[in-house]
Amino acid sequence: MRWLLIAALLVALAGCGDDDELVVSAASSLTEPLTTCSGDDVKLAFGGSDELAAQIRQGVKPDVYAAANMELPNELYEEGLLEEPLTFAFNELVIAVPDGSEITAVGALARPGVKLAIGAETVPVGSYTRAALSRLPPEQERKILGNVRSEEPDVKGVVGKLTQGAADAGFVYRTDLVDGLKAVALPQRLQPNVAYGAAAVKGAGDDARRYLASLNGGACAEALRAAGFGTP
Amino acid sequence: MRSAWFGIATGVALAAALAFLTLPVVAIFVDSPPADLISALGEEGALDALWLSLKTTAAALAIIVVVGTPAAYLLATRRFPARALVITLVELPLVLPPAVAGIALLAALGPSLTFTTGAVVVALTFVASPFYLRQAQAAFASVDRSWLEASRTLGASEARTFARVAIPTAVPGLMAGGALALGRALGEFGATLMFAGSLQGVTQTAPLAIYQRFSTDFDAALALSAVLVAVSAAILLTAKLFGGWDAADRR
Repeated sequence: MRWLLIAALLVALAGCGDDDELVVSAASSLTEPLTTCSGDDVKLAFGGSDELAAQIRQGVKPDVYAAANMELPNELYEEGLLEEPLTFAFNELVIAVPDGSEITAVGALARPGVKLAIGAETVPVGSYTRAALSRLPPEQERKILGNVRSEEPDVKGVVGKLTQGAADAGFVYRTDLVDGLKAVALPQRLQPNVAYGAAAVKGAGDDARRYLASLNGGACAEALRAAGFGTP
Repeated sequence: MRSAWFGIATGVALAAALAFLTLPVVAIFVDSPPADLISALGEEGALDALWLSLKTTAAALAIIVVVGTPAAYLLATRRFPARALVITLVELPLVLPPAVAGIALLAALGPSLTFTTGAVVVALTFVASPFYLRQAQAAFASVDRSWLEASRTLGASEARTFARVAIPTAVPGLMAGGALALGRALGEFGATLMFAGSLQGVTQTAPLAIYQRFSTDFDAALALSAVLVAVSAAILLTAKLFGGWDAADRR
């Protein structure tokens, strides 16, 4: 039945695609640097890394997949859907608070009445957040998780709830901070290793490999550094 | 010859519409065996989401009917300046993208309501009420004027005429409007996420729970979708049984 449906949609959509375009599915936290460094012939599709991975599992075929963690590309590689992934960037998980906020340390998030917005467990930023909190004393972790008011499907949702003044604090990547928000750094012992992995999708052409080379030391690597990412 | 050609063309168009509209829904059930459906519902969070969806949708519908019925009656039975403008304004949410509705609610009602179940009800009411208002207005407009006048001539007050003559006559149309609004509220996604957020048991309605499961557990997302399809179909069927939905068919 699924094939029938896909066939029907393909017939309906025939002619909409352009074979010359390189399609890159990328984590939404990569929006700014990849938009800067990619040429006109590259079509960028941003979304939650998990959502993009689910699309690839359902048969969607971009040429390159760039995720906000290594787990998802590694899983897809083991499932035979991707070529071998490489680590191309690093990020830092921080507590984001509005400019005038009095929150200066992770401990303050456990206070009663603090409203937190975090990523859902299913997106990388959400699992990094839970990993970081799990290194706190259990009592403190429990109190902080009890202050969570929303589990957003991607980083942009967390940032939006903060800039709107709905949430008092949230966990985001350092590169996601916007005007009006400031970062409270996490202690080193809580900091998860936020590594970004990318790979060519099985069956992609040479232009996919050229794009990966640009991510790994080319123009896109420069754009990533300019946007505040670490690169290998 | 010409009419034969036209008959075939309309038949093909209907077949294409039917296939396109039913195939994705059928695929949900084909892809999710009944056993998976039941086990997915046992999963923590799925029932919470469904229950929250039903509660918030019922609350929104109650508000819509209580406020919308007299408002639609006024729009249908009175001529006043700027009436066309008022009708256009109350219908505006029909054509607003849900993301715009979410932003607009945040801008208007501020963050104080965000993260509460009340915010979900507000979002559902905002996006669903025009569906009811439109149908209710049409239903009241098609009530025979002479009945309303007879009621007044016989000494019934304006309110009594509304309650005893206009509403009972318009019931099929009101039911149809209620079913449409209910369906729209049950499926609301974008405005809820932006305005209310997403937290299990508080603001995470069934569509939001489906979206969260889509990435990690496609089978659970399918199962929850199947339940939502079944609930929506039951609502549609109820509306038809009570005689509302296809009133236009029989006229």
